[in-house]
Amino acid sequence: MDEAFLGAMLASTLRLATPLILCALAGLFSERSGVVDIGLEGKMLFAAFAAGAAGALTGSTSLALLAAMVVAVLLSWMHGLACVSFRGDQVVSGVAINLIAAGMTVVLGIAWFAQGGQTPPLSNLVRIQPLFPGAGNGLAFIPLVGRVLGEGFLTHSALVYFAYALVPASWWLLYQTRFGLRLRAVGENPQMVDAAGVSVLRLRYTALTLNGMLCGLAGSYLVLAQSANFSANMTAGRGFMALAALIFGRWNPFGALWACLLFGFLDAAAIRMQGVALPLVGEVPVQFIQALPYVLTVVLLAGFIGKAVAPKASGRPYIKER
Amino acid sequence: MNAPLPRWADLVLLPAVCLLVALLVAAAVVALVGQSPLEVMMALVHGAFGTLRGLSYTLYYATTFIFTGLAVAVAFHGGLFNIGGEGQAVMGGLGTGLAALYLSASLPAWAMLPVMLLAGMLFGMLWAAVPAYLQAYRGSHVVITTIMFNFIASSILVYLLVNHLRPKGNMALESALFADSAKLPGMQQALAWIGVEWPNSPLNLSLLLALLACVAVYFFLWRSRAGYRLRAVGSSPSAAEYAGISSKHQTLIAMAVSGALAGMVGMNEIAGVSGKLILEFVGGAGFTGIAVALMGRNHPLGILFSSLLFGALFQGGAEVAFDVPGFSRDMVVMLQGLIVLFSGAMTYVIAPMVSAALRLVPGVRHG
Repeated sequence: MDEAFLGAMLASTLRLATPLILCALAGLFSERSGVVDIGLEGKMLFAAFAAGAAGALTGSTSLALLAAMVVAVLLSWMHGLACVSFRGDQVVSGVAINLIAAGMTVVLGIAWFAQGGQTPPLSNLVRIQPLFPGAGNGLAFIPLVGRVLGEGFLTHSALVYFAYALVPASWWLLYQTRFGLRLRAVGENPQMVDAAGVSVLRLRYTALTLNGMLCGLAGSYLVLAQSANFSANMTAGRGFMALAALIFGRWNPFGALWACLLFGFLDAAAIRMQGVALPLVGEVPVQFIQALPYVLTVVLLAGFIGKAVAPKASGRPYIKER
Repeated sequence: MNAPLPRWADLVLLPAVCLLVALLVAAAVVALVGQSPLEVMMALVHGAFGTLRGLSYTLYYATTFIFTGLAVAVAFHGGLFNIGGEGQAVMGGLGTGLAALYLSASLPAWAMLPVMLLAGMLFGMLWAAVPAYLQAYRGSHVVITTIMFNFIASSILVYLLVNHLRPKGNMALESALFADSAKLPGMQQALAWIGVEWPNSPLNLSLLLALLACVAVYFFLWRSRAGYRLRAVGSSPSAAEYAGISSKHQTLIAMAVSGALAGMVGMNEIAGVSGKLILEFVGGAGFTGIAVALMGRNHPLGILFSSLLFGALFQGGAEVAFDVPGFSRDMVVMLQGLIVLFSGAMTYVIAPMVSAALRLVPGVRHG
């Protein structure tokens, strides 16, 4: 285990955790407001497609980001129309979003770009580049750990740092502001919020809007930073993994952050551990590492390691009494 | 609020309107990508029903959807949303495949096929029973755990195929071929026994198994005590509890039956078609089952029809993708999503409109 390996491991953990964090925060806002979101995967996928398509057509990073966020917010609002304005089933609506996104992105991709569902590769001008190019050695003056930290922490794009900055920001918004208090209250006891004269509908739609914007960022990250184009089903279950991380982090921003880092680390390790024999346990099957986030989440949900309690009103539509 | 719809409108008109809205949106997308919706629709219907071979494929797809659709419906009547049909079907197929791999050399077909069916049902059942147990006794939500179990199931299948079941030196991710006794006869072969000529297709005798499952589910849910208990818990757990029915037991039973039904998918795909354990034999059918159950209003008869519809969409979609350049089969996945959206999540948006429209028609009674 040399410095280069540890540095690269740290860097790729942080990178792989980034879309998970954005997506988990998206889920956090909607679930804390009482709206279950199974559709994270679909929204992220559609946003990724929008970013890829807009980036390829306009050649502008900001338009790509904007397109991704607009598309994801629209999907969130559709979810809201079905399940907040009306009393449709939130899980069913989420499943619908996932299916529509999986099908429609490929259909539109083939029709518009004729590359088997992919979007054309984006140039480096459109992609989001590392913030400090060549900074991997920037901390080399620190003895022992300098190279690892430099490689691990300084090589990322602005979107990565932004995602991590959003964690304390979300915490502040949820726990230190009046809006956050109301948002959490509406996820626990909407009747009370309504009785206090605050609109349940408006709070839940605000939460869903934030949810859409964050999903949009998560999707753009995949296309603008991680890969250079959109390809069919490129989210590959990350939305569900973010959902798992959200639960694993017990619906708390910092809890979700740690869970995302753990899952990102497992993802990074799975790539590097193929065919590597570990001391004591021997070779660990890649599939085991890949399944571990889901296994851990189930074990946590089952109450064997602590307890994860969902917001009380989540999944239940609120019908105003007349 | 709005007056409830008359029964016929609730059972027939509303699903039809929801389907129509989904089709219209899909048609808009087809038009958006520069193709004629009408032409695509005609090609699709012809591809699905126009030839005996096409019909045969339609029925083959429908077979799998009947299993996964019934699985969703049984859980639904128990008040549960089983989103894990995909994983249960994967595990069921694994059970079917393992039984065939280890026993098909020594057992004759009349013993082998029932063993494969039972193994599939058992594996699917166990894979659904764990989330059910966790919901009933440990308080974790079955929707979330079954999602997680879908991923875990596919990891297990990949692991077993990569590391244990793949014959040495074989690049493709698949097991060895089963012996002949583990092959469920195809429809061509079966109909030839009674002197009927039928084109060669993946359609096999598991279609009969699916029809039997429909009948069995009907009798279980509406004509048996056990089914009554299950539905009682599904409509009101507290009332059922008051009547002495344990909602925890019913959760376990509903999910176990549901998982067993999903586990039968392997009989169609593994025993009927591939003759070996492969990777992608479920291919999203577990999620299609959700759309099928929603369209079919969670009733076996409705599920039969909506399975046919989805079978036709899959087969017809494949034909259209072959004929029309630029048309992709993923259009069907999208349409499936739209159907789930409109006939599942948005029924409460559409129902008042249907109700209002009906009021304009003179002579229609409400209530």
